[in-house]
Amino acid sequence: MKNNVNLIALQTLVTKEIRRFMRIWVQTLIPPAITMILYFVIFGHLVGRRIGIMGGVDYMQYIVPGLIMMSVITNAYSNVVSSFYSGKFQHNIEELLVAPISSWVIITGYVLGGVTRGLLVGAIVTILSLFFTQLHIEHFGITFMILLLTSILFSLGGFINAVYANSFDDISIVPTFVLTPLTYLGGVFYSMDLLPSIWQKISLLNPIVYMINGFRYGILGVSDVRPEIALLVVFLFAMGLLGWAWYLLSKGIGLRS
Amino acid sequence: MTLALEIQQLRKTYKNKQGREQVALKGIDLTVEQGDFFALLGPNGAGKSTTIGILCSLVNKTSGQVKVFGVDIDKDFAKAKSYLGVVPQEFNFSQFEKVFDIVMTQAGYYGIPPQLARERTEKYLRRLGLWEQRTKQARMLSGGMKRRMMIARALVHEPKLLVLDEPTAGVDIELRRSMWDYLAELNRQGITIILTTHYLEEAEQLCRRVAIIDHGEIIRNSTTRSLVAQLDKETLILELVHPLKQSPTLEACTVELTDEHTLQISVSRDHTMNKLFQQLTEQGLEVKSIKQKSNRLEELFISLVQQNLVKEEKVT
Repeated sequence: MKNNVNLIALQTLVTKEIRRFMRIWVQTLIPPAITMILYFVIFGHLVGRRIGIMGGVDYMQYIVPGLIMMSVITNAYSNVVSSFYSGKFQHNIEELLVAPISSWVIITGYVLGGVTRGLLVGAIVTILSLFFTQLHIEHFGITFMILLLTSILFSLGGFINAVYANSFDDISIVPTFVLTPLTYLGGVFYSMDLLPSIWQKISLLNPIVYMINGFRYGILGVSDVRPEIALLVVFLFAMGLLGWAWYLLSKGIGLRS
Repeated sequence: MTLALEIQQLRKTYKNKQGREQVALKGIDLTVEQGDFFALLGPNGAGKSTTIGILCSLVNKTSGQVKVFGVDIDKDFAKAKSYLGVVPQEFNFSQFEKVFDIVMTQAGYYGIPPQLARERTEKYLRRLGLWEQRTKQARMLSGGMKRRMMIARALVHEPKLLVLDEPTAGVDIELRRSMWDYLAELNRQGITIILTTHYLEEAEQLCRRVAIIDHGEIIRNSTTRSLVAQLDKETLILELVHPLKQSPTLEACTVELTDEHTLQISVSRDHTMNKLFQQLTEQGLEVKSIKQKSNRLEELFISLVQQNLVKEEKVT
């Protein structure tokens, strides 16, 4: 009975989350498509022609997995952070808090909303990239697992950020000062071989390096890190954030007075 | 019979930003019987919303025990919550969602299957006069409609206990009356209702029992009838035909001339109206109209809260 309630509540929450980002598709689905087309044209096509080969493949092909991953990361994160925070801001998060459902339903519902948007935008960007280069997936399992775990990880990140946020400024701090620098330094546009050895070692502390390289390995079979290590790192980070999010919600931190 | 609500020694202490503790509830005891219509009255900051917040899990209690239909919220909060429907004081829905979706979604959060949720959403939106507005975004509704939508949302899982925090705040008189009728109808159907209100007339009209809360303590808990029966005075406002320069003296009454055509008279309960009018006639005063100054419960409420304030000052 209780499980049935939780399951219906979860379906309801996921439907609501998907309805939210589909309702404002001009703000949620179109901008990443435009941004990525610009990346493909400028970095891939115009600049990329002069660069030639990177990591053993054409530069355009080299950057496509990183750009797909970048859009998945950004969209999974921003979907949850903006939806959950606006729920706090308008107090409609109380609709969930008064309901007889477990904390895991709330976390899973928001995370699935973020994962859906992340994967949908990822699919749009992938389709657009086919206008610029050819892609075929080398290792489907790793590609899918990395994609799924990364979108879960950043949905959880967005959730935690929203729980702590007290203003709309607070939900842009992490994307601006943490997420964007780590993504750009995560090897979207370059191979770590180009870096001096000290920076190669420092880069290994950046979790996004593992996501982008793991994903690149899945699609192109090319990576700066071992794919199983990449999977393990992403999995452990996701589990860590899951524990953190569950702790916050069950204690009511940032939600209950 | 199982009590609808049983609160024992409920305490809540908030910590402010400086780390100083502020006691909102000082260990209150409160019981509400099944089928009751109960009012929780109190001035702003008395602890009404904190009590309701703890009931519906929006506020973490510091200590004490709360049972909803015999279910301890510390042991099975989900079950206790399934019995409760809550209409908060502030609007707490997404302004950009459609009315139908808001109510339907809430039904889903309570585990009601989609088909039944749709039927219930239609039933309550129609009953509250919002069916024509169902495809509008919530922000497009008037204040009264928003409040009614929150009532529909609280009823969609058909709770046994309905808690309303200031349900008619900002609602016009006509709508307030129709909401009272509806709440009375729900109560007749067997739903236990607890409401907090500033409109004391609302409590007097609707509720069988009243608890007055002030400074985090229950200072009175009794039937509305016995509370009102304690009143020993009634204040009347008389409009005079001819102007007066000086306030007259009337036996067993306190008289105040508020302007040259208006007299405010406090009459004790054992002083009949006939006696009062006899005295007025003897003094040659012609009365054009008469009305009660305020509702009786309000006077009692103010006097109880003032007594509590004096007590608090003595303690501190």
